[in-house]
Amino acid sequence: MKVRFTVNDKPVSAEVEPRTTLSLCLRDHLRLTGTHVGCEHGVCGACTVIIDGEAVRSCLTLAVQVEGRSITTVEGLAHGEDLSPLQASFRRHNALQCGFCTPGMLTTAHALLTEEPHADEARVREVLSGNLCRCTGYIPIVHAVLDARVAYGGPAWTGEAHAHHGDGEQR
Amino acid sequence: MGERAPDLLPESAADGRPFVGRPVQRVEDLRLLRGRGRYADDVALPGMLHAAMLRSSVAHARLRGIDASAALALPGVHAVITGADVARACGGAVPRVPLRLQPLECMEPYRQPAIVADRVRHVGEVLAVVVADSLAIAEDALERIEVDLETLPAVADWRSADSGDCLLFDGTQTNRGVTFRATRGDAAAAFASAAHVQRERFSMQRQAPVTMEARGVVAEWLADGERIVVHGAAKVPFFNRRACASMLGIDASKMDFLEGDTGGSFGARGEFYVEDFLVPFAARHLGRTIKWISDRREDLMTMAQSRESEAELEMAFAADGTILGVRGTAWCDLGAYPRTNGLIQPRNIPQFLTGPYRIAAVDIASHVLFTNKGPAGTYRAPGRFETALFCERLLERGAQALGLDPVQVRRRNLLTAADMPWHFADCSPSAPPSSGQTETDSGDYLELYERCLAEFDWVARQARQGRQPDGRYHGIGSACFIEGGAAGPRENARIELAGDGRIRLIVGSTSVGQGLETSLGQIAADALGVPMSAIDMLHGSTNLLAEGFGSYHSRSTVMGGSAIVDAAGKFKAALRELAATYLECLPEQVELAGTEARSPRGRAMSFAELARHESIGVDGSFANHHHTYAYGAACAHVAVDPRTGHVELLDYLVVEDVGRAINPLLVHGQLIGGTVQGMGGVCLEQMVYDGDGQMLTGTLADYLLPTSTDYPRIRGLTFEAYPSPINPIGAKGAGEGGTIVVGAVMVNAIAAALREFGVNPVSLPLSPSRLWETIEAARSTVK
Repeated sequence: MKVRFTVNDKPVSAEVEPRTTLSLCLRDHLRLTGTHVGCEHGVCGACTVIIDGEAVRSCLTLAVQVEGRSITTVEGLAHGEDLSPLQASFRRHNALQCGFCTPGMLTTAHALLTEEPHADEARVREVLSGNLCRCTGYIPIVHAVLDARVAYGGPAWTGEAHAHHGDGEQR
Repeated sequence: MGERAPDLLPESAADGRPFVGRPVQRVEDLRLLRGRGRYADDVALPGMLHAAMLRSSVAHARLRGIDASAALALPGVHAVITGADVARACGGAVPRVPLRLQPLECMEPYRQPAIVADRVRHVGEVLAVVVADSLAIAEDALERIEVDLETLPAVADWRSADSGDCLLFDGTQTNRGVTFRATRGDAAAAFASAAHVQRERFSMQRQAPVTMEARGVVAEWLADGERIVVHGAAKVPFFNRRACASMLGIDASKMDFLEGDTGGSFGARGEFYVEDFLVPFAARHLGRTIKWISDRREDLMTMAQSRESEAELEMAFAADGTILGVRGTAWCDLGAYPRTNGLIQPRNIPQFLTGPYRIAAVDIASHVLFTNKGPAGTYRAPGRFETALFCERLLERGAQALGLDPVQVRRRNLLTAADMPWHFADCSPSAPPSSGQTETDSGDYLELYERCLAEFDWVARQARQGRQPDGRYHGIGSACFIEGGAAGPRENARIELAGDGRIRLIVGSTSVGQGLETSLGQIAADALGVPMSAIDMLHGSTNLLAEGFGSYHSRSTVMGGSAIVDAAGKFKAALRELAATYLECLPEQVELAGTEARSPRGRAMSFAELARHESIGVDGSFANHHHTYAYGAACAHVAVDPRTGHVELLDYLVVEDVGRAINPLLVHGQLIGGTVQGMGGVCLEQMVYDGDGQMLTGTLADYLLPTSTDYPRIRGLTFEAYPSPINPIGAKGAGEGGTIVVGAVMVNAIAAALREFGVNPVSLPLSPSRLWETIEAARSTVK
């Protein structure tokens, strides 16, 4: 069956089966492979996309459910070749290592900050707790999201960025 | 103090400051942040078919037959491949997975067959491979396959395995595959002269590495030349190509293993698994390109599990707290097969139990036992996470028994610069290139422990322990560690001047998500005296170099980086030689400035101009038979609620000296990330198998990983006081240290918090329910 929707401001259509998940439709039918599938049971959050402003697990959503809806994936967060302020903040804070969970972290955080640019650390941690990361220990991700709030009209971050080096010079 | 490593290079980056040592933002991020990475499942090739694995639902059985006729009748199914098919095509027997590390001859009967031929040994073992037009059809077909299994009693724990009542492998007399023994000095004499002997029995649960990207393989069949290109390779592509080609009975030159982006390794992803043979086998069988991607349940069942062990150990002390010796026995449950690197945890336990301490007498045996559970391999800090906990708990309890402050006992026994190099206990048996002998390279472990205590404000916090008004109990703990790195035998790098004047750098190290392109790019840019942007880096894949060794044992920066430094020296010599001809001067008179060559008389040619005359390609290498030893310490401050068993981490500090931090941003990320990963193993994670060998933790809702709300307060500090004298960069392998020490420091902190209950945490995980039970048991004993 045919499904029509908008992805990253572009109208698209795909021929899918009723059982085709949105994640599969995005990745295989539309070749938008930035959306990653980490568990297929809604726990890890890697496949999170934004549907009409709301962060949603694309592995638990059927493609046919998004008929007429507007979807943003990680590929649509930046305009042109520049990184978005959130992406640039992730890079600055070393908030990714292997990068597999990153698309879901970015879409979740983007949806949060768009709605709640003043989200505090506890709120950011709470919202990100549905996204698993095995590399970073989450601390740099939380810092990156807090530091990106200003680009969404929220407060500037005053936390210390990289106080991690024991001594400036070799002895 | 400390010796300074030789300078990396006289010339530095274009702006005059070297890249090495700077927190350069990662090159990789530009693609990964925009969804442009290329992971295994992102590979889509024309005409590609899809594979699904039929896996055993029982742990131990004899296979009597497989009837695939109904599956084959399903439209869209191309093949159902069974063990009989594989045996027929491979000279009569199903090929078996080789051991990559410690390939001991005694492991021969225990090696894993690529597919079940006659006997199932764990839940999840592959019985058949279905290949179909789509994954959905392949999965539908799995349900139509009839399997006739004669169920056998499962050997679900190491004790039943050790009893030998049920032998898992024909032609063997025992399920005990091998016993490693580490010895140093005269342990019997040390214990005979001891003022106090501390004895403990420890147990460690089975854990899963859980890379966020599950495993996957795309085997591309090239009819022209009958070649197979395997996409989705990681970690050790050159070894994996050799293994696969040998199992297929073809020449390695008929295959390539290509590395893309890798969603984490932690020691497990990228090792050679049976699917890495079965998918290329199916591709050749059908003459088609085939994709297989593991789902999460398959991944939990089949990616190498690790850590499950028990140990009965004793530590001998003099009255002043000097540790005289350690001895005892460990039993490691490796599950069904030894896997490519499964012997590393059991062999590391006896050798590295002494950690950073000056312990002269050692006698420890470590038994490898096979059971009907998922096969084990390495997981970040193999054998080191375990032994740090064992050693530190023995030390802490021994000190208390002697009426001494455990901090003082650490101070008395930590290795200092005057002790270097310190020889660890020799471990045998050992298969080449490992000799079973190793020694520290440099450092002052005591000095860094003191620094950790000072940064943590240890003395002031001591007063704040015990019961608080909210009913919780505070405690602080500390522990020290060493981290081995830089495994040999060697690594290779090649540097080329491309036709457009750009520099092409190829290295045999692989990227497993650690920022390799950035850190090695920094080393290369400094070594060549050019900006990082002038270099295009390629790595890992077998079509790039004749030989590469990849990323394991925290080796890629030291080994790959040192090979790059070697190649860069040769490349600059070749550039001077070439430029001299056109600049009309002697090669040694040529000055290389950025991407330009200049003569003494002021003539200059850009690399691009030189490249028009001639191309350059040089090979560099770095061989090493010694290991680097980064080292450090950690302190934790916890609050434990005895009513629920919940542990809140109030503060945590980990410090590590890595010799030289190529990129402090990346090293720090490894330290913090490794700590949280280890914290999961302390408090949350456990692969549970029942008495029938059934895996009960088959989803990420059952196997609990740390989330963003669990451990918000973790600090790390990196030091570079003692560069490694055994490589030109001065770096020591790092990235596992945070994980190694976390179990040790957490049990010490929790024990300190619960001191008045007499709780002695000696088995993991310390989940709330387990800890609550321990507290209750201790309370009833006190009453």
